[in-house]
Amino acid sequence: MSKIVRFCADMLYPAIVIFGLYVIMHGHITPGGGFQGGAVVATAAALIIVAYSYEEIQGMLSKFLLQIQESAGLVMFAGVALIAIGLGTTFFYNYLANSGLLFGMSVPFGPNPGELNTGGFLPLMNIAVGIEVWGGLAIVILYLLSGIPKEGT
Amino acid sequence: MIELIGHVLVLIGLVVSAVLVFWFKDLLAAALAAGLFSFLISLEFYILQAPDVAISQAAIGAGLTTAIFIIGIRATGRYEEGGS
Repeated sequence: MSKIVRFCADMLYPAIVIFGLYVIMHGHITPGGGFQGGAVVATAAALIIVAYSYEEIQGMLSKFLLQIQESAGLVMFAGVALIAIGLGTTFFYNYLANSGLLFGMSVPFGPNPGELNTGGFLPLMNIAVGIEVWGGLAIVILYLLSGIPKEGT
Repeated sequence: MIELIGHVLVLIGLVVSAVLVFWFKDLLAAALAAGLFSFLISLEFYILQAPDVAISQAAIGAGLTTAIFIIGIRATGRYEEGGS
C-alpha cells in the first residue's frame, strides 16, 4: 500500500487498541464485552496487516505468539471457572462477588454512573474472552495474508 | 422529527451503497462500498437502540470483512473481467 495508508495505519493503531481494551474492561457496566472488544482490537491488527506486506510485519505479529495468546485466553476462561470447584462450590459459581477482593465491591444502591470494581469474576471472564477473540481473529487474517505470493503485493 | 430524518437518510444510504456494490467494476471500490454498507447498518442498529449489536457489526462487518476482501483483491486481480 502507499505511504499515506501506512502512516495513517501507524497513527490509528494505538487509538483502536486502547478503545478495544476499554470496551473489554467496561464490559460488565456498558454495552459491549469480551467478544466486541476483542473484535475491535483485532480490527487494529487487520489494519496493520492490510497496510503492510507479510515480510514487513514479522517483528510485530507472529503466528506462534498469536496461537499462544488464543490458547491462553481459553485456559484462563476455563481456569477461572474451575477454581470455583476447588473452593467447594459449583462450576462457574461467582465466588468473587461481594467478597471485598478484586472486583468484589457490592453494587451501590440507587441510580449511579456504574462502578468498575463490581461484578465478581465477570470482568475476568470478559478479559479472557477478549484475549481469546483478539488472537483468534488476528490469526485468521494473518494466515490469509501469508498465503499471498510475493510478487502479488 | 430530527430522528426520523436521520433514519430515512440512513435507509437511503443503505440502498445507494448496496447498488454501488453491484455497479462498480473496480473491485477495491466495490469492497469499500460494502464496508460503507456495513457501517451504515451498524448506525441503523444504534438508532434502533441495540448498541451491543452495533459494536459487533462495526468491528466484524466494516473492519474485518473489508480487510479479508482487500487481501483477496491483492492476491488476485483488481478489475472485474468477462461478463457484460
